[in-house]
Amino acid sequence: MAVIAARNLTFTYAGSNRPAIEDLSVSIDKGEFVVVTGPSGCGKTTFARCLNALIPSFYRGEMSGGISVLDIDVSGSTTSELARKVGFVFQNPENQLFSLAIERDVAFGPENLGLPREETRRRVDWALKITGIEDIRQAAPYELSGGQQQRAAIAAVLAMEPEVMVLDEPTSFLDPLSAVQILEAIAGLRSKLGITIILIEHRLDVVSRYANRILIMDEGRIVLEGPPSKVFGEEAKLLGVGIPKVSMLFSLLSKDGFDLGEIPVTVEEASRRIRRRLEGD
Amino acid sequence: MSLRLFEGFKFTYRTTFIHRMDPRPKFLIAMAIFALSLIFMNILVFLILFIGQLPLVYLSRSLRRWLNSVRGGAVLSALIFVMNFLTGSTLIFSLTMTMRFLVLVSAFSLFFMTTSPDDLGLVLEKARLPYELSFTFTTAVRLVPTMALEAQTIVDAQRSRGLELDRGNVLMRVKKYIPILIPLIVSAIRRSMELAEALESRAFGTVKNRQSLVTLKMKPSDYLVSLIAVAVLIVGIYIQLSIPIPNLDTGIKMPLLWGF
Amino acid sequence: MIEVRGLHFSYDGKEVLHNINLKISDGEFIAIMGENGAGKTTLIKHFNGLLKPSRGDVFVDGASTRNSSIAHLSRNVGLVFQNPDHQLFSETVFEEIAFSMRNFGYPEETIRKRVNFILETLDLSPYAEASPFMLSGGERKRVALASVLVFDPKHVILDEPTIGQDYQQKDKLRNFIVQMNAQGRTVVIVTHDVEFVVDCKPRIILLSRGSVIADDPYDEILSDNKLVERASLTAPQIGKLMWSLRDLDFDARILDIYSAKTVLEQRLEKIVPKTL
Repeated sequence: MAVIAARNLTFTYAGSNRPAIEDLSVSIDKGEFVVVTGPSGCGKTTFARCLNALIPSFYRGEMSGGISVLDIDVSGSTTSELARKVGFVFQNPENQLFSLAIERDVAFGPENLGLPREETRRRVDWALKITGIEDIRQAAPYELSGGQQQRAAIAAVLAMEPEVMVLDEPTSFLDPLSAVQILEAIAGLRSKLGITIILIEHRLDVVSRYANRILIMDEGRIVLEGPPSKVFGEEAKLLGVGIPKVSMLFSLLSKDGFDLGEIPVTVEEASRRIRRRLEGD
Repeated sequence: MSLRLFEGFKFTYRTTFIHRMDPRPKFLIAMAIFALSLIFMNILVFLILFIGQLPLVYLSRSLRRWLNSVRGGAVLSALIFVMNFLTGSTLIFSLTMTMRFLVLVSAFSLFFMTTSPDDLGLVLEKARLPYELSFTFTTAVRLVPTMALEAQTIVDAQRSRGLELDRGNVLMRVKKYIPILIPLIVSAIRRSMELAEALESRAFGTVKNRQSLVTLKMKPSDYLVSLIAVAVLIVGIYIQLSIPIPNLDTGIKMPLLWGF
Repeated sequence: MIEVRGLHFSYDGKEVLHNINLKISDGEFIAIMGENGAGKTTLIKHFNGLLKPSRGDVFVDGASTRNSSIAHLSRNVGLVFQNPDHQLFSETVFEEIAFSMRNFGYPEETIRKRVNFILETLDLSPYAEASPFMLSGGERKRVALASVLVFDPKHVILDEPTIGQDYQQKDKLRNFIVQMNAQGRTVVIVTHDVEFVVDCKPRIILLSRGSVIADDPYDEILSDNKLVERASLTAPQIGKLMWSLRDLDFDARILDIYSAKTVLEQRLEKIVPKTL
């Protein structure tokens, strides 16, 4: 069942003469974990903004083609309306936390939805628990590390109980270990709660083990699409996408005539393949 | 330019008695001090008002930061002293004006350090202010430390490019602040765009009746403190109207060089 | 040479840097790494005098930073900050880049030559008269870099140069940094981008919670799993791969992709001859 359906979607920002996304068609089903990546300026953030109606209700411009999210036509909707169903986590944790206590930030969304106090309380407690930040519920955002702040932002979005979650480079400002932990937590949301995840991310080496589909964009179009193992070949590298080093390694080996089978996306897989080949097969 | 002054107004979460008080009695205390500082014009009274705040500072465990705000205010208060003394006022009079200023800086510093902007927003909401306005207020307050930090980073970046802020005549020095102000303003604009995006994404403004998770409830101790604050104010007014306080003015003035 | 002796730095009552001792010789390539909040940015701010030690000393080219102004030190220690938007303010890219040299008092003619040169070198010539605010993120980062490199400092320090850059931009940046170093400049990068560092092959100074926990060549540090975890980093992928195959006599200190390929091909050739 398609949760996101885009048909020939094209959008040009007001004041620009080139479309940021062009003729984009994609269908995403419930429960998928889709990673969107590509070089700077390829249109991935523009695409993400279409998913919760930031385009066209917040960012003005010309839109043609269509996109519907959970059967709601985006062009006729506003972000506030879609906020109940589509959560958005931004890159900079600082500018999406408004209060001086994490607990109140997590309550912010449900409060805005006009929910009764007891319901808000229930959701806040649940969201804090699921993201593992119950012990810092009274902390102020600026007292926390980037990783904790992003967890808080995710909890704040979760409290609205969305069916789809869009995350725009959530690990940009985090150190590698925090990044891995956050991405694990996000994957957990999908497996535990069935939330459809759309993640814009450059750290493909970490995220490939969770994604069931990768969309590679370039100059406003989707140029490569498929499961991670199929997409990290030569073409992706030429586009300037940071494919996992082990995938690149196997690509290079196969170019020199050493064929070790399907291109792996994780270290464990790569290790297994090499080991099997060396220990005799 | 000391950014330390800001630290004396920044809220930190503590569980002291003062911090846990409802914001309204705290505001009453600050207002009572404010009113008393306007009613009186006597350096003894101001000294009492200033020193009287020390137990509160101690109770709220904010001595160091309170000192920062007083020190930060010292620059402006020195200016007040000079302005008064150089235009013919007596020494004691000028000191009195200075002291009044310090009393006010101290009282409001104490208030802001112990009261969360979120709670202030709740007070505004309770006063039936539209939610958008109280939110604007709390967000503005919340952003002050963030912007102060950013200002520091900008100053660092420009100094690393050879900008020397403490050289040159007054006009040159003012011009030198342009490389600080422009990035700060641009950054503030960019930040407000990002905040607006995030607000929309959390359905801000969709519903008229919000039920806040946290509500303000006055405890018996809050009522008691409010009563005490009002009582002190009334007593103060009474004293000013009927009981004479010794005037310590010694009549020392700045020699009238400019013939004022 | 940059020398740090017994550096302690406290801020707001908390000690942020404890007993830092290190020496950076001229022309070295150093990466300062560690978790967010480890004190990396605080440390590099001591190199151009933005911060002065609470205890201990920092010597740049023999002189203590305590006795020099920031402007004087910055002439030789170029510090490029993480976020270009924290410094852009001029009407044109040219003016923005010329700012530092004007502050240092260079004659207009020299400024013109140097700015044009650096515009060329960093592929920014087409934007010379453009407003810096109109450029893309990657371009603004290059302008920030240019505005420091224009006065040709002997030592160049870059704070998180890779944040917000895509793979291609990082590649170009790395080549440029390596070239700068090859031309004799001391290069210090503060980063936690492990894959970026692997391809630069620097000496790594590892900070954790305000102390130096390691100071060694990159392959020694990045192949030490315990150290890597302690500093909130992740080991490079190739390193992890080699480590997982160490019982088959693979050297866990191989961290870059081309060496790994060579070694693997040698071993695979013994098992199965190349299929052509």
